[in-house]
Amino acid sequence: MNTLTRETRESDRGQAEQFTMAPAGVTEISDGYTLEIEMPGVKKDGLEISVENNELMIIGRRSLLTAEGTLIHRESRPENFRRMFELDPSIDANKISAKIDQGLVTLTLPKAEHVKPRKITVS
Amino acid sequence: MKLIRYQAPNSAPWLAFDRWSNLRDELNLFFDMPFWSGFGRTGQLFTGWSPALDLYESGDHFVAIVELPGMRKDVIDISLHDGTLTISGERKRESNNNGETAERTERYVGTFRRSIALPTRVDPSKVTATYEDGILKVTLPKAEEAKPKQIQVS
Repeated sequence: MNTLTRETRESDRGQAEQFTMAPAGVTEISDGYTLEIEMPGVKKDGLEISVENNELMIIGRRSLLTAEGTLIHRESRPENFRRMFELDPSIDANKISAKIDQGLVTLTLPKAEHVKPRKITVS
Repeated sequence: MKLIRYQAPNSAPWLAFDRWSNLRDELNLFFDMPFWSGFGRTGQLFTGWSPALDLYESGDHFVAIVELPGMRKDVIDISLHDGTLTISGERKRESNNNGETAERTERYVGTFRRSIALPTRVDPSKVTATYEDGILKVTLPKAEEAKPKQIQVS
């Protein structure tokens, strides 16, 4: 599977904002990849997706999952979500699209049209 | 009724490979492992997965908040039995007929179940639930006899 290649993770490096890893899944389809990332509690406004130096970064900020009353049992993590992926060179970064539905981020990463070899005529 | 221990996603044994391997290596490792090793992260008795649950208590009700990203409302089942709240359902794998050739995922698929014993009695007829942004919120009003009471000195 020649896919998104190596993933970089910097969440342990003591940065100012702490993030937690969101579970992700990659599916290769005929003309690209589909990337799904679980970010429960994140709305469209809290989602930040960027591509820089061929690295795809997805940050999901959620409003605190609180309810009225005292917290008596906790399993959720308080941090915001972040995932980073290094993009495969075959992906056209300008055509990446994303949506979020019920806390599931779905990114579509189409492969670039292959540039045909050009003929150079000798004048 | 069995009590299902919540398994923190971070304890998934194969995630440890992430550090030094690229995605292709990971995928190969994943397929090299025995079929059943993927269930190592789940309970011993239940071959599904359990979502994270937070429980809040106030004077007259409990609120359970469950992380269930990417579900459809109609597949989530909420039941109350002997003071135990159970949330269950199934996340189906997306169809594979669209020319998909490979897949690698950390996401849980299949049936899930999460149970929690509530500290006091609740009124089953008044339980309500909402599902928004992948968060299930179940509000359970306490039964009359379990609510705090002020007693006037006459």
